[in-house]
Amino acid sequence: MTKALDTPPVASSTASALRRSLRLDVRLLGLLGVLILLCVIGIITRPETFPTQENLSTMLRLAAAIGVVSVGMTFVIIAGGIDLSVGSIVALSSVWMTTLATQSYGPFVMVLCALLVGLGCGLVNGVLISYGKVVAFIMTLAMMVSARGLAERLSDRRTQVVTETGFTEFFRASFLGIPVLVIVLALVFVVGWIVLNRTTFGRRTFAIGGNAEAARLSGINVKRHTALVYGISGLCCGIAAIMVVARTTSGASTNGLFYELDAIAAVVIGGTLLSGGRGSLIGTLIGVLIFTVLRNIFTQNNLDTDIQNIAQGAIIVAAVLLQQTTSRRRKRKPATSEPGPQPTQATGSQS
Amino acid sequence: MIQTNLARRGFLLGAAGLGAGAVLVGCTSNEPEQQSDPQQENMAQGDNAEPGEPVTVGFSAPAADHGWMAAMTINARAAAEQFSDVTLNATEGTNDVNQQIAQVEQLINAGVDVLVILPFDGKALTQAGQQAMDAGIPVVNVDRVFDSPLAYRTWIGGDNYRMGVNAANYIAERLKQDNVNNPVIGEVAGIDSLPLTQERSQGFRDALRRHGFDVGPRVSAEFTPESGEARTSNLLQGAQNLNALWNHDDDQGIGVVAAIENSGRTDFFMVGGAGSRNMMDLIKADSGPVKATVLYSPSMASSAIGMARLLGQNKGLGDLAEHEVPAMLTTYSAVVTRENVDSYMDVGFDS
Repeated sequence: MTKALDTPPVASSTASALRRSLRLDVRLLGLLGVLILLCVIGIITRPETFPTQENLSTMLRLAAAIGVVSVGMTFVIIAGGIDLSVGSIVALSSVWMTTLATQSYGPFVMVLCALLVGLGCGLVNGVLISYGKVVAFIMTLAMMVSARGLAERLSDRRTQVVTETGFTEFFRASFLGIPVLVIVLALVFVVGWIVLNRTTFGRRTFAIGGNAEAARLSGINVKRHTALVYGISGLCCGIAAIMVVARTTSGASTNGLFYELDAIAAVVIGGTLLSGGRGSLIGTLIGVLIFTVLRNIFTQNNLDTDIQNIAQGAIIVAAVLLQQTTSRRRKRKPATSEPGPQPTQATGSQS
Repeated sequence: MIQTNLARRGFLLGAAGLGAGAVLVGCTSNEPEQQSDPQQENMAQGDNAEPGEPVTVGFSAPAADHGWMAAMTINARAAAEQFSDVTLNATEGTNDVNQQIAQVEQLINAGVDVLVILPFDGKALTQAGQQAMDAGIPVVNVDRVFDSPLAYRTWIGGDNYRMGVNAANYIAERLKQDNVNNPVIGEVAGIDSLPLTQERSQGFRDALRRHGFDVGPRVSAEFTPESGEARTSNLLQGAQNLNALWNHDDDQGIGVVAAIENSGRTDFFMVGGAGSRNMMDLIKADSGPVKATVLYSPSMASSAIGMARLLGQNKGLGDLAEHEVPAMLTTYSAVVTRENVDSYMDVGFDS
């Protein structure tokens, strides 16, 4: 489940590796506990409306777009980078796929357009970060500003309503009682998990995030790989844009507002180190669900958004504190077997 | 052999990239096939319609970052074009307060006869308005009011409180007609920290109370379609019984309508706010949940230009006994329903 451990090629005994993997699982379980606790609160406060199948599918549908973005973000952060431009890329893709010209070519071209725009923006990020040696924070910050600017220019700051009914009908439909959007989220998540945990590509992502220089010396094409990781993030934004357009039946330059913050928060409380090298997609998914359920409970109980924001902040801090205590304990115990704190090196050598 | 293979792969990839780029660029157009913009009517009447002495009007407004604000600038330009004696000197819209102050100062230096200012922040631009008044240039303050009456000659703006009142009255009357007892009335507000949202909600609450009703489930969205869809989806899950829903803003209303359609609910009706052409089309079609919208119309920008012209020519408003243009003018938040929608189509704006 958490393959983070095969990153540092440490010759530790299988027993301690097992112990560490168990501890990581404990953290995920703790996160799962928070999610379950929230659900219990929801069931207690709104017994008639919270535990319904309809509400469950509504929550999952709302989690779909940010969930897909967070999958891409997990890749980027594990590889030791950061992507601040996800929200703006969602906006740009959503606008580009809903221009009158694109809509006139039908739903297939709309989907393709969103995917290409997302992938393109992500690759621009990646190429400039790895080959142009621009710091990831700055590059994606620049993309965040300019992609939203381009979205505003293309849409003329209007909300572009989708009149192509084939598109909305397909993506708003349900298959075997499960909304199409949720199925897409599940697909993206499963593919992401397999790529991250069961392929060379995923293992290299962990390696680069753990120690880019070591990864380079062991023969990994770090530059190309980094560029591709940002491409994945961009592609995920394209998919998310399709979901947002399907949900709201419109493309607007205001779509995807603050997605970067939501996604980073979900990834971090999911147990992925911001410094890279370690992380888990399952944790990310639970992180996304925690925030979605939280919002749903607050709305169902007719509470103000300000209290909701406070609770959200508290959860982020609590999760990070929890992570720090576990990682400190880990450092203290097997200090001999771990080759120093890798995080600091990783960020430094990444860009 | 490997060399040529790689070269071919590179060539194919490059060609694919170029092709994708070409397709994407082809998809940026937003030109509708045929345009049918209803022209605004009722501009100047009677003696005032006759061309008078030429007036140069300076115009400064925030960036057109959403449909309503875009319509303000568009309407101002269109109104100026209708008068042969008005020359409009419009600056590029900006959300930077300092830049807007600089723009106003430039317009003063350029020697315009009258200034029309829609400030990004009324407080921050008070000084600039005062400066213009001191220089003998009458200022028409639009919508966001300056701190001091010394800073403007005339104020024209909308009535947020009455928007809420009129929405509540319409909803209450409709519910009483249908003989609904103890109705559940929902509210999708805008950004709660803004005074305009607080006024709208206050008016809504006060007027409902006069009818013996109360506001039930309430959420606050962010004036964007995406936030409207997400908040409303959660609200609908929490409120299994709903009789009516008021949404503060037609820009976010696209998302609100999408959420209602997604949920498949038909047990309640919805009233919008602001008056976008999109909502008016839905009201006219009468097929969905939208039955009415309360105006906060950007036509006030057209009126502001008209008033600036009269100020420049030292004339009063046609039908009033006053010799001068009044110092304050509050537009009326009319309720647009299926019965009268045709007469309001000319002030509907593209969201």
